[in-house]
Amino acid sequence: MNILLYVLLGIGVLFNGLGAIALLRFPDIYTRLHGATKCTTFGSLFTALGVIVYGFARGGAQYNTLAIHVIIALIALLVTNPTGSHAIARAAYRSGIKPVGAVVDKLEDQS
Amino acid sequence: MIIEPMVFFIVAACFAFFVLFSLLRIGLGPTVGDRVVGLDTLNTLVVASMIVLGAAFDQVVFVDVAIIYALLSFVGTLYVARYLEGELQ
Amino acid sequence: MLAFFVTAIVAFIFYLSLTFGSGTIGAWSIEEWISGAVLSLIVGAIAGRVAFDHKRQGKKSSLRMLNPLRWLLFLVYLIGPFLWAMAKANLDVAYRVITGKIRPGIVRISPGLTTDFGITLLANSITLTPGTLSVDVDEESGDLFVHWINVKETDPSAKAVCGSFPDWARRIAE
Repeated sequence: MNILLYVLLGIGVLFNGLGAIALLRFPDIYTRLHGATKCTTFGSLFTALGVIVYGFARGGAQYNTLAIHVIIALIALLVTNPTGSHAIARAAYRSGIKPVGAVVDKLEDQS
Repeated sequence: MIIEPMVFFIVAACFAFFVLFSLLRIGLGPTVGDRVVGLDTLNTLVVASMIVLGAAFDQVVFVDVAIIYALLSFVGTLYVARYLEGELQ
Repeated sequence: MLAFFVTAIVAFIFYLSLTFGSGTIGAWSIEEWISGAVLSLIVGAIAGRVAFDHKRQGKKSSLRMLNPLRWLLFLVYLIGPFLWAMAKANLDVAYRVITGKIRPGIVRISPGLTTDFGITLLANSITLTPGTLSVDVDEESGDLFVHWINVKETDPSAKAVCGSFPDWARRIAE
């Protein structure tokens, strides 16, 4: 049981860290969004799964409550994170930021 | 056997360290969009670390605050995005 | 009317799961049952029209999502192909973060979906899976503009970009 918790929390920390590094390393806003959105969502998913497993494994009313609340927080994160990143990407494009080094840009022909 | 609370504190400390990275991006970011991306990442990291701290302190209140924080930060991100698009004057 | 009740019931379920373990009737106290019912009725009255707008011209009603079979399909999709693609996506992005090899571009795909829910589902799936990020949507034709981190062809089909997701979205939402 403990090993499972370590693995889940470890994956969570690893991917959150990769997301943070991606934020510094990539050249423009769209590629940064790739790193930031995907890695932090995946990392937070696994961190939250770790806490849910911990809550249900401890048992008792208090820990079950903890696990259920974490499930709701996880749903909120999974729904809001990609939607927020669409909003940022579209706003960035409409405010005139072009993707750096783009091979093809179909949206430019469109508007 | 069950895990020690210390592990959760270490995980939360790692997240706090990653928050520094996104703060760096908020400071450096050449455009407003980059800063918003940094802010979005920061919000997700804060929510994740609040969940972990809730487990570390055995307090459900942390997780409740994390839910509200996630929803409100989403509204904030949408608002800034709308502003960038130029729909709000 | 149906929209009002559905929204109220969903809000009630969320309220009950947030107050789990507060008393002895079921797992809740009598106060939580009453205040939850009152609050969710208020929420249903205010937000029902926003959550299910089934009077859009030419669009199918979003109340069709109440079919439990669709939820089952959605769950299967979420646990099966979606989680697998998401894991692959993250390993791929991790590889690109470390090596810095990118070839970005914005491409247009036409998945041929018509319902709002289907397009939302597909766009969110695309954002969370390998090297793709949906940027904009053409609301008349339902075409998506996708930022692709590693462009392989400049005029791809929907299948080349996001695999089996359009089929799943069609099965779930249409």
